[in-house]
Amino acid sequence: MYSTIRPAAALLALFTLITGVAYPLIVTGIAQGLLQQQANGSLVRKDGALIGSRLIGQSFTSAGYFHARPSAAGANGYDAAASSGSNLGPLSTKLNERIAASLPTLKQESDVTVPADAVTASGSGLDPHISIDNAQRQVARVASSRSVPPSQIQSIVDRIAERPALGIIGEPRINVLLLNLELDSALGRKI
Amino acid sequence: MTVTGWLQIALILAAVVAAAWPLGLYMARVFSGERTFLSPVLLPVERAVYIAANVDPKKEQTWLSYALAMLAINGLGFVLLYGLMRFQHLLPLNPQGFAAVPPDLAFNTAVSFVTNTNWQSYGGETTMSHLVQMTGLGVQNFLSAATGIALALAVTRAFARRTAATLGNFWADLTRATLYVLLPLSIIVAVAFAISGVPQTLAASAEVTTLEGAKQAIALGPVASQEAIKQLGTNGGGFFNVNAAHPFENPNAWSNILSIWSMLLISTALPITFGRLVGDMRQGAALLTVMYALLVVGVAIVYAAETSGVPSQIAAGIDPAMGNMEGKEVRFGQALTALYVVATTGLSCGAVNAMHGSLTPIGGLVPLFMIQLGEILPGGVGSGLYGIIVMAILAVFVAGLMVGRTPEYLGKKIEAREMKLAVLAILILPLTILGFTAASAMLPFALSSLANSGPRGLTEILYAYSSAAGNNGSAFAGLTANTQWYNTTLGIAMLLGRFAYVVPVLAIAGALAKKTKVAASPGTFPTHGMLFIGLLTGVILILGGLQYFPALALGPVVEHVLMQAGKTF
Repeated sequence: MYSTIRPAAALLALFTLITGVAYPLIVTGIAQGLLQQQANGSLVRKDGALIGSRLIGQSFTSAGYFHARPSAAGANGYDAAASSGSNLGPLSTKLNERIAASLPTLKQESDVTVPADAVTASGSGLDPHISIDNAQRQVARVASSRSVPPSQIQSIVDRIAERPALGIIGEPRINVLLLNLELDSALGRKI
Repeated sequence: MTVTGWLQIALILAAVVAAAWPLGLYMARVFSGERTFLSPVLLPVERAVYIAANVDPKKEQTWLSYALAMLAINGLGFVLLYGLMRFQHLLPLNPQGFAAVPPDLAFNTAVSFVTNTNWQSYGGETTMSHLVQMTGLGVQNFLSAATGIALALAVTRAFARRTAATLGNFWADLTRATLYVLLPLSIIVAVAFAISGVPQTLAASAEVTTLEGAKQAIALGPVASQEAIKQLGTNGGGFFNVNAAHPFENPNAWSNILSIWSMLLISTALPITFGRLVGDMRQGAALLTVMYALLVVGVAIVYAAETSGVPSQIAAGIDPAMGNMEGKEVRFGQALTALYVVATTGLSCGAVNAMHGSLTPIGGLVPLFMIQLGEILPGGVGSGLYGIIVMAILAVFVAGLMVGRTPEYLGKKIEAREMKLAVLAILILPLTILGFTAASAMLPFALSSLANSGPRGLTEILYAYSSAAGNNGSAFAGLTANTQWYNTTLGIAMLLGRFAYVVPVLAIAGALAKKTKVAASPGTFPTHGMLFIGLLTGVILILGGLQYFPALALGPVVEHVLMQAGKTF
């Protein structure tokens, strides 16, 4: 008995030190030393103040900003301390009602067919991206709210849109926070 | 489905096999105690570990003392982890000031991480201190994976040795798996994750004011280091509630590729190690062929189901081009989400980059069935290999019955005792899964945990117990599992699925090791050809189908029919 417990206890203690203390601290050291931006959450500053992370979605409701996807994280969505999806299946009445409720506003903005990402909540509730179709539909609304020609907004969307690297790595997408930041810096702050 | 999507899938799988091949050969050297290119650095560490732990790595163990050693360190690991969670409010490195984890949740979580399941009834960023994440959960991520590798090696030796009373030394296997395999790979992968944007800090969160003036607290932590071992060790326990769907665990296409590659790597390499050690690479290749053939079929079904759109949404006027997007992230795309879904359940990983509970009925049936097939396609680190060897034993037995010969696998005769033990091991899973599911489906307080009603409600329960018993850890997460009933019964299911399965398997290995290897004769059924591959595939599918089809018919199958009919619940 003792001959089994003794090595088990010793190895558990040793591996706790090696894999539970040394390993994360070594990785932390490397990351904090060489990759400070990423290691601390890819935070974005504007005029010195922290306004978010380029990886984490935010809620946008003003007509002059592009809107992110619906979110199930936290009570009001985009709670970056409580990530969550809706976990509702396609046959869920709750999901179908939520989609139906969001459609009138979306259809009013544009006649173009609504892309799926505009009415569905992401897995994390923190999806920083929308599809390019989803952004395209919002161009007219943002332009009229900011009283600028749509072509001007369109050119900013085209600039921020990300395409697959090498043609296959990654999906076509738009980072909503970066897009709205770019709008503000090109056209002035809008709220 | 698109050509680009399939190209993405093919490239990742090719990259896995390309890296698994040399890794498999490397592991064969490591576990034979031979020198490797890392020995100059690691040999002194390894020796120091043996001295401190009073272990003689050359002292071989019988299957029983090998099993007892494995149970001892896992038992102690459970106690330590349980204690850390119960007392986290008194311990350092708790920047958010989380309270002690309640007893039932601590039991469930400790079992979960010790058994390599990593089922999470809690949200990481709202429950666990950094100390628990690093020195508790993180350590078990290593140890449970190393345990799996050790067990796979013990079973491999039963076939590799001509005749032997012993299966190796558990302490040495465990130490080598950690030092030579998991730790170096984890450091490399963790740094790669950090480069791709995964945070690695001891800070708790960042407070920001959003562009529209709202306050947003962004949870942070030592994520990259945990992400690496979580994937490599097929643990799957996320730092954050939503696991690898969270942009901090999986920020972009590159991290997503790395994530899939690293979870498949070791489980793909181990059959190659097996082939090398039994002295016939074709044997390992045959097992890999079965694993990957079924994996790719699964990917194709999920990819097709998720991209064909949801009828009710299409009727409401939504563009079907993106497919079913509820619970999915824009940055991953449907192809690599489908690959992730099937890989994580074909493995016993359980990390998710999309919410399985929001998949279409058929898209959700596949991961559920992959788990129920026994986590062997390619299965968890180590557990996948010994799991498919049990199936191979069953397959040669079936072949033996058909031609009326004593079955043998790799020169070892499979007789009544081995078959009894194999069937005992195989029966643990359906008994646990279907038994607990049936009980939960009848208990009002268990049913009150459901988020979806109708057939998906049943699927939520069935998925939970399949995931627990299969040591997977993914979920149809609508189920509120953080209740005494689910925490306790899922904990028991995880224990049975891991230890009640592996002890008979070690007993088989012990019995086979003792038998003298017989030379192949013209009458021997070759276990590397297409016939065997077909037979093994058939045995896996028929066994899984017979056990679970009735339950699946009441869950995802009927749900699919109802979806076509436009029903909602």
